[in-house]
Amino acid sequence: MNSRRIDVIRLLGQFAPFIFLIALVLIFTSLNPRFLLPLNLWNILRQVSITGLIAIGMTFVILTAGIDLSVGSLLALAGLVCADIYKGGEFFTRLFGADVSGLAGNVAIAAALAMIIGVLGGLIQGIAVTRLGVPAFVVTLGGLSVFRGAALQYSNGGPISTFDAAYNFWGQGKVLGDVPVPVIVFLAFAVVAHIILRYTRYGRHVYAVGGNIEAARLSGLNTRRLILSVYVIVGFFAGLGGFVLSSRLNSSEAVAGNGYELTVIASVVIGGTSLFGGRGSVLGTVVGSVLIGVLNNGLVLMNVSSYVQQIVIGSIIVLAVWFDQFIKARQKR
Amino acid sequence: MTAILEMRSISKAFPGVQALSEVTLTVERGQIHGLLGENGAGKSTLMKILAGVYAPDSGEILFDGVPVSIAAPHQAQQMGIVTIYQEFTLVPHLTIAENVFIGREPGVGAFMSWGRLRDQTRTVMEGLGIALDPMTPVSALSVAEQQMVEIARALSMQSKVIVMDEPTSALSEHEVHQLIGICRDLKAKGISIIFITHHLEEVMRVCDHITVLRDGRNAGSAPISDVKLDTIIQMMVGRSASELFKRTQSYAAAETVLNVRDLRTAADPNNPNKTALHGISFEVRRGEILGIAGLIGAGRTEAARAIFGADRFEHGAITFEGKPADIRSPLDAIRLGIGLIPEDRKQQALFLALAVRENLSIAALGRLLRWFNFVRFDAERQMVERYRQALNIRMSGQDQTVSNLSGGNQQKVVIARWLAMEPKLLIVDEPTRGIDVAAKAEVHQLLDELASRGIAIVMISSELPEILSMSDRILTIREGRLTGEFQRAEATEERLMEAMALSGASAKP
Repeated sequence: MNSRRIDVIRLLGQFAPFIFLIALVLIFTSLNPRFLLPLNLWNILRQVSITGLIAIGMTFVILTAGIDLSVGSLLALAGLVCADIYKGGEFFTRLFGADVSGLAGNVAIAAALAMIIGVLGGLIQGIAVTRLGVPAFVVTLGGLSVFRGAALQYSNGGPISTFDAAYNFWGQGKVLGDVPVPVIVFLAFAVVAHIILRYTRYGRHVYAVGGNIEAARLSGLNTRRLILSVYVIVGFFAGLGGFVLSSRLNSSEAVAGNGYELTVIASVVIGGTSLFGGRGSVLGTVVGSVLIGVLNNGLVLMNVSSYVQQIVIGSIIVLAVWFDQFIKARQKR
Repeated sequence: MTAILEMRSISKAFPGVQALSEVTLTVERGQIHGLLGENGAGKSTLMKILAGVYAPDSGEILFDGVPVSIAAPHQAQQMGIVTIYQEFTLVPHLTIAENVFIGREPGVGAFMSWGRLRDQTRTVMEGLGIALDPMTPVSALSVAEQQMVEIARALSMQSKVIVMDEPTSALSEHEVHQLIGICRDLKAKGISIIFITHHLEEVMRVCDHITVLRDGRNAGSAPISDVKLDTIIQMMVGRSASELFKRTQSYAAAETVLNVRDLRTAADPNNPNKTALHGISFEVRRGEILGIAGLIGAGRTEAARAIFGADRFEHGAITFEGKPADIRSPLDAIRLGIGLIPEDRKQQALFLALAVRENLSIAALGRLLRWFNFVRFDAERQMVERYRQALNIRMSGQDQTVSNLSGGNQQKVVIARWLAMEPKLLIVDEPTRGIDVAAKAEVHQLLDELASRGIAIVMISSELPEILSMSDRILTIREGRLTGEFQRAEATEERLMEAMALSGASAKP
């Protein structure tokens, strides 16, 4: 009987974010029926799509009991280089001397460049974590500063603005009526990531490394390579986020994505992924991202100041982690 | 005069195990009292009850003739009972003086008086004959010196009884000598010491009186003048072996599977509990069960981990199936066909948050894939089902979380994980630790079956009955060296215990 009770608690733990989300939607709707308008709902999703994208990558990292604080800065750097190259590479040429104007106006190349920069940033940090043995918290805290500094240096502090419609489609466009393109991008990558984590050997190994790294090593897993890979993955998403954000804002600047690490980590943790690794899902992260969006949007509709919103979000992170530890303690018996 | 400490009829049960039944221990003032017994005999549990870590189920404790109840560690300390554990409880970056008086720093209000702290510490240390500057950080001290600091702390608390748990295990010969001198000084001051050790010569050298536990019961208590080494050994061994699975036949074949030559590892300064290996050589043949017997800390696990590639080794050569093997990681070992079932199931083998299915298949996933490394779930489920039946794993379903299984079934899951790899050599470290009697018999039967299929098995265990009933051949190990080799027919508990616990035992290659 005891084990059944524990399974109920586990189940509750798994669905808690979802239940909480439904409850919030009901509360906000009852307070202000306009909350449930389709336009408002798409708006919420669009608002969370960029931090949500990065949160997908962050889920991989946190599943291995790691952390990446550098995502906001890496996003800014990737977004800047991408926007600059798209517009003819004025800053690039000034910095490196090479003429890259031939790459101008090509969205695919610009977007790919953003992702490559993200991947490289993740690779460097991943190597520092796995080869030098510096804790991920420290490596990525350093990265937070390094990438931001690099972005400021690259653009000399100024913005790169005004792109054509082809570029801005990815952040501002709509398809199928009211569906924003960044939402499609977010959900498409969420599905891919979910499939990888649930149905492939790699996904299984990510859970194993996060659940018990010593057991994983003794089971023949290449734990270093696995841990390196999750930083590459989150870097990829930070780079992609940089491209989408610049397109959405029709502008790219070095201070973009400031503080994103908080929202991203909050999305993952509120979505039920354990900071201690080994437990969690992309599905939870999507729910967590949406939950933060609903909370922000609902509080705005209720005329709550944006300062108070920060207080609420911060408190919920602490509650979510407390809840996670509670579940884990029950599991151990 | 009344005894300083009497523990009367102490009993304590844990889920599935009666750890202590009706155990009695009487310690006189100024006595060095040896508490002996095999691993799992109940020494630690008894001492944890004395330290206030566990509450006894029944029985009473008299301290200085007065019945007391010790509900928490700080109560024991206030009474004057201090335990020095194998893992020290010092704060590395604080000075000796701060550690000695931690929680009791002299001073005014919130302010600590460094001068008095230093002087008082110096007084205590001089009383012990230790010449160390009280302002030295503890992290700069050797293991032996740290132990002295622990003793100084105990002394500064006006202790009447000091419990030392395996105090000599990490010390050099010279340091042991020094420690014994200190023990004698303490004794002269009227302080009693309970000395827990596996090293029987030390017992003969230092103790006045011994109490031996076996299977959680008193197996004997006598003044040291009345006993000899072999009587102590007889008291320690002879655990009931009736419920154990008995192997009837040996399947050992001629071909050598694993050959280890002169395996050496260095001591790890960061981990004094890790034993250095000083030239381990042995071989295992197909279908053979080779038992490795040794006390905890003898180097058994270190040897297993080095062979499996889990830890580096400094020197040595490994030949697998006649070919030199270069094993640098567990993955290398697994590719050769070596499996390791580690001693600590929960820390080193299981993914507690994952399902039985995922735990079982993790090492064999490579055989269960289709395009893009997608897992073939149908094949995985079939495989898990096959091993569930073969090993009689009791679970509610393949997706049950592994942490909800009993210890015995968890161990079967770990064994199944390696069987799924179809190994040629299986190293099992304490294969039946913490599992109930019925599951134990099942695991033993299983190991026998595997040997009959030609798998070579290296079985490490601190339970002599298990070693004796399962092994074709037995090696004993002590302090990182092999100290004996026995064919099954010639091995007895007494002979093994001698080779495991006495330094004078005949050293074979």
